[in-house]
Amino acid sequence: MSKSVTKEPIDWNAAFKEIMSGGVIRTIVSVILGFAVGAFFMIISNREFLQSVGFFFADPLASIRAAGDVVGAGYGALIKGSIYNASAVTFEGAIRPLTETLRLAGPLIAAGLGIGLGFRVGLFNIGGTGQLVSGLIWATFVATRVELPPVIHFVVAIVAAIVGAALVGAFVGFLKARTGANEVITTIMLNYIIVSFFNFLLTDNALLQGATAGGYTKSDPAFETARLPYLLGESYALNLGFVLAIVAVIVYWWLMERSTVGFRLRAVGFNPSAAKTAGINVERTYILALALSAAFVGIAAANQALSSTGGVTPTSHAGIGFDAITVALLGGSTATGVLMAGLLFGAFKAGSSAIQIEGISPDVLGIVQGAIVLFIAAPPLIRAIFRLPPPQTTSMLSALKSKLFSRGGK
Amino acid sequence: MKLELKGITKRFGTLVANDAIDLVVESGEIHSLLGENGAGKSTLMNVLYGLYKADAGEILLDGKPANFSGPGDAMAAGIGMVHQHFMLIPVFTVAENVALGHEPTKRGGVLDLDAARALVRKISDRFGFDVDPDALVEDLPVGVQQRVEIIKSLARDAKVLVLDEPTAVLTPQETDELMEIMRGLAKSGTSIVFITHKLREVKAVADKITVIRQGRVVGEAKPTTETAELASMMVGRDVGLTVEKKAAEPGKVVLSVSDLSVLDDRDQRAVDHVSFEVRAGEILAIAGVQGNGQTELAEAILGLRSIHSSEGDISISGSSVRGKSVRNILEKGVGYVPEDRKKNGLISEFSIEENLMLNGSFTKPYAKGLGIAFATRARLAEERIKEFDVRTTSALTPAGKLSGGNQQKVVLARELSREVDLLVVSQPTRGVDVGSIEFIHERLVEERNAGKAVLLISTELDEVLALADRIAVMYRGRIVGIVDTKTDRAKLGQMMAGVAA
Repeated sequence: MSKSVTKEPIDWNAAFKEIMSGGVIRTIVSVILGFAVGAFFMIISNREFLQSVGFFFADPLASIRAAGDVVGAGYGALIKGSIYNASAVTFEGAIRPLTETLRLAGPLIAAGLGIGLGFRVGLFNIGGTGQLVSGLIWATFVATRVELPPVIHFVVAIVAAIVGAALVGAFVGFLKARTGANEVITTIMLNYIIVSFFNFLLTDNALLQGATAGGYTKSDPAFETARLPYLLGESYALNLGFVLAIVAVIVYWWLMERSTVGFRLRAVGFNPSAAKTAGINVERTYILALALSAAFVGIAAANQALSSTGGVTPTSHAGIGFDAITVALLGGSTATGVLMAGLLFGAFKAGSSAIQIEGISPDVLGIVQGAIVLFIAAPPLIRAIFRLPPPQTTSMLSALKSKLFSRGGK
Repeated sequence: MKLELKGITKRFGTLVANDAIDLVVESGEIHSLLGENGAGKSTLMNVLYGLYKADAGEILLDGKPANFSGPGDAMAAGIGMVHQHFMLIPVFTVAENVALGHEPTKRGGVLDLDAARALVRKISDRFGFDVDPDALVEDLPVGVQQRVEIIKSLARDAKVLVLDEPTAVLTPQETDELMEIMRGLAKSGTSIVFITHKLREVKAVADKITVIRQGRVVGEAKPTTETAELASMMVGRDVGLTVEKKAAEPGKVVLSVSDLSVLDDRDQRAVDHVSFEVRAGEILAIAGVQGNGQTELAEAILGLRSIHSSEGDISISGSSVRGKSVRNILEKGVGYVPEDRKKNGLISEFSIEENLMLNGSFTKPYAKGLGIAFATRARLAEERIKEFDVRTTSALTPAGKLSGGNQQKVVLARELSREVDLLVVSQPTRGVDVGSIEFIHERLVEERNAGKAVLLISTELDEVLALADRIAVMYRGRIVGIVDTKTDRAKLGQMMAGVAA
């Protein structure tokens, strides 16, 4: 042990160990394993393969060939549907899948950041759906009931979505700080309440229901001025929503890694009692954290409310509130991690129809998605399979586990 | 049973925690393993207990090589271990805890608790443990819980008993009782390995002493060896067990506590109408056995715990802090070294640098607008690490990876570097190695000499006597008396047991 601080050359060996025991390798391994699980399901649900198994001993190569074909076709279609369509006639057509991936990844990234922020503070925000729908309500109100000049209109609508979501988060935080109510329970319950309330708003013309909706629960289309502008012209659906998500990633990074607010958020997340002793108001931090968490989800809400040309429906939240939990887990709640995870899951969404065209059920992608998270959430399993050293620091998951299974949530 | 460790070597990466350690414990011998924190004592015992696999060397039991792949093997071979933190289930009775893991059963797999009770009684009577088999563990004092741990080991026919820092959690009386128990066990033929860094206990009870430093055996000693000689073997140099200090020059009153009452977590009155003052330039020590209200008193001063109803008040530099937030009080000029540094003083996952800024995130020099002043933070961290001699390779090392002494130095570095008038220092050297104790004591006296008011809360009488200018003894939430440092130990001991001065 050296007596005082000295500048030493970088210990590559230790760095390698750190990475091996940390999240990056584990995450990549989990993604690869997830794809392997998906391949397995593609194979066993493939007719040619099942038939070839019947005469496996006569012609084992046929089985292997069938398996290879179906996996190749499935993941080939995924790439074709989400990144680059090589068989498209024009260049515009060829890159269209990539723009779709970006478009669908935007809200996943933004909401994933929100849930990730909660994780960093030791809070399990399952209320993504409710917060997102609250944002939808506010944004839809501004987009369909208020007339404003161009640009200003969609900016106000975005702010409305963020505020609408953040208020729900702050309310959850307030309940937790004041009464000790566990945020897991309150957010789940608020999901039901807000979704039902949104439904109700969409049943009356005087509220948010569209003039032409008839008996359906559907709003008016957003005013032209409130819609997020397209990024690459009208032939692509990609719009400003993706830029918002990227801005959110940068803000999140600065907030969590560079600001004093983030410092306090992380301090409370790791050790609330030490934070309290250091003069940090833990209760107020919980309120702030849940409000910020929901605010990021609100960016996803803005995207959902202001992208459609048809008007929003009760299903416009598209399950993003829950997908965001998996995005945050996969991304390890870091800015870059969530960005990558959001892009991956966005690609799954974009590629699902292409896979269906190949005659493979797009549910396979759901399995891949689930399997990845399962592998992430079962780090000891991965470590056992690949003989990785145990992690050196407490992982967010173990903190979460001890939180969920200990009384009082303190 | 005779236990021999031969050439035990254990490495963690590049760190050699045990370097070819030889140790022989004869049957019926109390063998003390003496060393600073981080010297490798616990690693050695974990190797013996099968928790770690040694990289080299062998373990011999009665001359026969033993090979343990886990604690189960070690237990089966007759090795019992009492950890610093007890492995007991609080809501179970003593008998249930002892039975746990090898439950005696009647026909049909029915738990035979009577057999377990009888076993507890047998062991308890034989060694004079005085433990009721039907008492719930959570209701028992810490000293008795420790005896339950020992009974657990004996119930499994332990011939070698390893006690890891057993006195860290005990009152002086309980420590004496434990020593009696150790002598009784040794007489009956049990070999005892007694791990500690407290010299006085070693001298009182050990038959033989092995001193470990930096993973190596640096010498063997007899209990008749001078305390100072043992201490210098441990740290590799002479240590002053007393702190050089000039007479106090008390100034104006900084902390004034009047008629204060505070409730604990169970709404019991933990601090009971307490009044005292601490002046600038003096150290007032609160002595007393742990759990007599000291923790709650410190928390009340810091605003972490509220003052009970309208009873009493606390004022710092002349103004009341009733109802003020912790941050308010810290910013008023109070430095706080909490009793439990892992729980309240540090964030283990944070780097040293981040921990040094922990209570300074609101203002300069650490905050720059809403951002963190990273360059300043790094520069200050380098300075503090040098000044406080924190042994680390980098300011970016997570605090959780430092040894206890170095963690405490980080907390002290943070609190002593702030502009404060009052220092509230709770158990500053608990679980800290001898070298660091000396350093911490000197720093505290320096702060006093610089005109700060210091409130020292300590259960270590040696520490109190070495540092204090005045001593207040607490018992059951009350201050039994405030005396000067010439008071003899016996008198202080009586006061700590509640006899008024």
